Amino acid sequence: MKIGYTLSLFREYLANYIKTKMTYRADFWVEVVSDLMFSAMNLVFIFVVFQHTPSLGDWSQAEVVFVYGYFMIPYGIFGAFVNLWNFSERYIVKGEMDRVLTRPAGSLSQVLLENVDPPSLIGSLVGLGIMGAAWARLGLPLDWYDPLVLIVMVAGSVLIYMGIYIALAAISFYSDAPTGIVPLMFNIQNYGRYPIQIYNKGIRFLLTWVLPFAFVGVYPAAFFLERHHHLLMAWLTPVMGAIFAAIGLAVWNHGVKRYRGAGS
Amino acid sequence: MISAYVDFIRIRFLTMLAYRVNYYSGIVIYAINIGAYYFMWKAIYGDAEQLGGFTAGQMTTYVAVSWMARAFYFNNLDREISNDIRDGSVAVQMTRPYSYIMVKMMQGFGEGLFRLLLFMAPGMVVVTLIFPIELPTDPVLWMIFLVMIWFSFLINSQINVMTGLFAFFVENNEGLMRMKRVTVDLLSGVVVPIAFFPGWASEVLKWLPFQAITYLPGSVFTGRIAGSAVWEALLVQAAWFVALIAPIALMWRAARKRLFVQGG
Repeated sequence: MKIGYTLSLFREYLANYIKTKMTYRADFWVEVVSDLMFSAMNLVFIFVVFQHTPSLGDWSQAEVVFVYGYFMIPYGIFGAFVNLWNFSERYIVKGEMDRVLTRPAGSLSQVLLENVDPPSLIGSLVGLGIMGAAWARLGLPLDWYDPLVLIVMVAGSVLIYMGIYIALAAISFYSDAPTGIVPLMFNIQNYGRYPIQIYNKGIRFLLTWVLPFAFVGVYPAAFFLERHHHLLMAWLTPVMGAIFAAIGLAVWNHGVKRYRGAGS
Repeated sequence: MISAYVDFIRIRFLTMLAYRVNYYSGIVIYAINIGAYYFMWKAIYGDAEQLGGFTAGQMTTYVAVSWMARAFYFNNLDREISNDIRDGSVAVQMTRPYSYIMVKMMQGFGEGLFRLLLFMAPGMVVVTLIFPIELPTDPVLWMIFLVMIWFSFLINSQINVMTGLFAFFVENNEGLMRMKRVTVDLLSGVVVPIAFFPGWASEVLKWLPFQAITYLPGSVFTGRIAGSAVWEALLVQAAWFVALIAPIALMWRAARKRLFVQGG
């Protein structure tokens, strides 16, 4: 009943979103183009690096590009539904959280819905394309279950991202200072896209268990790459997704209860 | 008048000081960044002695020093300005008897000063202890490096101001800001030194302002650029600083004419 209610809200918010976007049509394209540029930049890094080396920890260029293509799919979905980059300034410092809390719907779903960003999904489609191209390049077989596994893996990866960033946004409930931690995190998410064995134990541990960005890249993608098949780590993706989403929700709910307003 | 600007530096410095605890986590996160790239470059070098004119040892130093320089010059002026524009408070600031842009630069400088003393300096010590970094012994080189990262700060802030001012012309410049961040990181040489790009690309990048932010100071510090070329590098930075004043002034003039506040 609660979920049905939230879904009906989602439809309303989306309709509103489309109406506002129609007024600012140029913006829509600026956003799409800049999203794609963002990915292009990361791909440039891969291409530049492979000009100087044939392999990165025995992974070929096509394999690393494959992982990047995979990464873009969950990242695009995450970006469309969890757009909390401005959360601390907009909701805590400027006090919009108080408005959200006076309404009957769940606070997290309201905040997420107010910030939906569907253009981000185009990135997912491009990622799917890149992955497909790398798939063909590598001559990988396509089994009947591969699309199903991909859906499960992507869902797991999205949940990990959501969990981490919701928890980070919720930190603002505990300290009303602009923490500046989110921009600091921004780079760490990149490292999960490269072959994990090139790192030392410490960083590997961090990317696997603490900030599990390796599950939004190299582990689930390796499921499809025969040479780097590691079933256990790949199937941990949905498990880690469930765990981190639960942590994110718990941190948020606990934070909302503690929240007293910034007094502005 | 000058004293008013000095106060802006002081106030921002003190505000940052109040949140200094966040920056201890910043040092840890930057050490992780340096670590990830250190291992990545180790994998890229493999058995190669020298790539793109950098020895493996120089590369380690380059990675460390360019991240630490970033710890100093990085700021969120783009986001601050675009928030001011979107919520309309820029209109109030325009009526005040000082230059809005100068105030932003001064605030950025206050933040930079804080970052230099409490983020970059201790971070450098930590990083030197962890990684095999070769520090230059010539004190003159250290002096030149300090001047160069000062220009890095100026040029990076100018680019941020321009990105922020775009909020006058497009209603949502979130994507633009994100794109700017990756562009600066990639093309300034934080993630890949310019010398690693294919010939035509590095030729193009030499004509863009980004390399003046990280690549030039990093190359001087590691000794890849030496002798009279050091002064040329410094000159390039100074030239970019002067050259970027004009577009900012133009944007500001155009912006004042078309300011409309969105539901402010």
